[in-house]
Amino acid sequence: MTSIWLIARQELARLFVSPLAWTMLAVVQLLLGLLFAMSLADLMLNPQRLGDYNGVTEVVGGGLFRFATIILLLVIPLLTMRLFAEERKAGTLDLLLASPVTLTGLVLGKFAGIQAFLTLMLALTALMPLSLSLGTQLDLGMLAAGLFGLWLMMAAFAAAGLFISSLTREPTVAAVATFGLLLGIWLLHAVSFFDWQPAILGMTLPLGDLARQLSLIGHYDNLLYGIFDTADVAYYLIFCGLFLALTVQRLDMERH
Amino acid sequence: MNQAMNNDVLVDAQGLTRRYGLIQAVSGLDLQLRNGEILGLLGPNGAGKSTTLRMLAGCLAPSEGRVIIRGHDMARAPSRAKHHLGYLPERPPLYPEQTVREYLAFCARLHRIPRGEQAAAVASAMTDCGLTDMGNRLITHCSKGYQQRVGIAQAILHRPDVVILDEPTAGLDPNQIREIRALIRRLGESHSVILSSHILPEIQATCARVAIIHGGQLVFDRPMPEIDGDDQARTLRLGLRRPPGSDIIAAVPGVARVEVTEDGLWQLTCAPGADPREALARQAARDDWGLFELSQPRRTLEDIFTELTSADRAAPRQAA
Repeated sequence: MTSIWLIARQELARLFVSPLAWTMLAVVQLLLGLLFAMSLADLMLNPQRLGDYNGVTEVVGGGLFRFATIILLLVIPLLTMRLFAEERKAGTLDLLLASPVTLTGLVLGKFAGIQAFLTLMLALTALMPLSLSLGTQLDLGMLAAGLFGLWLMMAAFAAAGLFISSLTREPTVAAVATFGLLLGIWLLHAVSFFDWQPAILGMTLPLGDLARQLSLIGHYDNLLYGIFDTADVAYYLIFCGLFLALTVQRLDMERH
Repeated sequence: MNQAMNNDVLVDAQGLTRRYGLIQAVSGLDLQLRNGEILGLLGPNGAGKSTTLRMLAGCLAPSEGRVIIRGHDMARAPSRAKHHLGYLPERPPLYPEQTVREYLAFCARLHRIPRGEQAAAVASAMTDCGLTDMGNRLITHCSKGYQQRVGIAQAILHRPDVVILDEPTAGLDPNQIREIRALIRRLGESHSVILSSHILPEIQATCARVAIIHGGQLVFDRPMPEIDGDDQARTLRLGLRRPPGSDIIAAVPGVARVEVTEDGLWQLTCAPGADPREALARQAARDDWGLFELSQPRRTLEDIFTELTSADRAAPRQAA
């Protein structure tokens, strides 16, 4: 436990002495702020649109969070690419491997460090819709569900990125591959709209259904509407657990 | 396990073998390090030195064989075994964006030094490595020599029983090399050190024991004083202006064989245990042979190294 905390702390400390973290926070905040302002302006010009939704929380909050996932898809691979690839390239991985810290502690520590950074990013994002409570009544439950979903989505992205980063010694390769993997799992959602059910050995394969269950976004929609379904949360937890376990496995294989 | 043996032998590597695909980088290597010893690991480039050290440090799992550090098996109890180890890889594992003190503080926590003792441990390692004025300097702004020292400081920070240094003086200028050597000798007083190099004077200057690796195998493992005293008085060089016949020289007591070398000198092989130098000088003076040279060429570490690792003796790398 102490080693997880130690590695996470070192990861955070190194992030914040590099310009990368600050730039990333600034850019993400700027883009999300722009979208937030635009959706407010849109609402002001066409107030009748509110009727189509469950109040302002869904319009502004939901829209903002949906846009945030797209930005995260682009940004998180750049954050996670360093985790193991850079350590391997710089030779510092040996320092960690020769220390009494276990591989599991190392992987969980790295994950916790990056997730702590992302939580900060989430907190800054949350301030935008929360600022609306100065002038109107917000559906805080729906907002909380959306934020929690976004937090889970961040964790899933980070876990996948962590794994890819453990595969290579080139940070840029890790970034590109992570982006490809995440986008691929993302796009599975599109497959779910296909009205195509191939029959194999006389059995109909529920391809669309399968794709919907596996895709990263499908599970986020419920949370955005304020519906907290254990199945959706479990999906993200299993996703993270799988990639973290794969990372430990991969680092162990590297020694053998 | 025998407790008495554990106290003395700090590192015990048994039958270490490492394969990379079809290439056998290290095969069947046995190595022991005793308390308070400085062991020099020599070998040509690509002999398997770094692979061996990485296995000893637990960064690489051996394909066969095992590593025991202070009685703890590296494969079964890695955390406990690594607790007694300090390791400096070939490239010092530094975070360039941190200051020297920040980095060493992280390493102190990494090696589980109790919180109250961390600052003192960092300070004493910095003193040992001559880094006292560098604490607040960013590692990226340190020269190569200082970076190497930070790497060594990291390895001795938690006062491990065993310090493994992989080419600690690579890429340093002569002054820095001298300083690092002095540091390693000081380390040897309180730690056991394994040091790898392909530079012979380096090993000669610092180590009490020498092991030579070639083609992934241990081909030589002996204490340094034995090497210096090796082959004492076994061959002599003799230079004579007016040499008598070789049978007359061969008749001197203690001379076993006589040959003429290419440069016109005589090479004498001594009988086992005999030292005929005095008798030769006396007879040369009496019979007016015109003696101008009588010397005993020492077999240096370099000769041993060359002999063991030259191409014609190269052990072929086996495919696994």
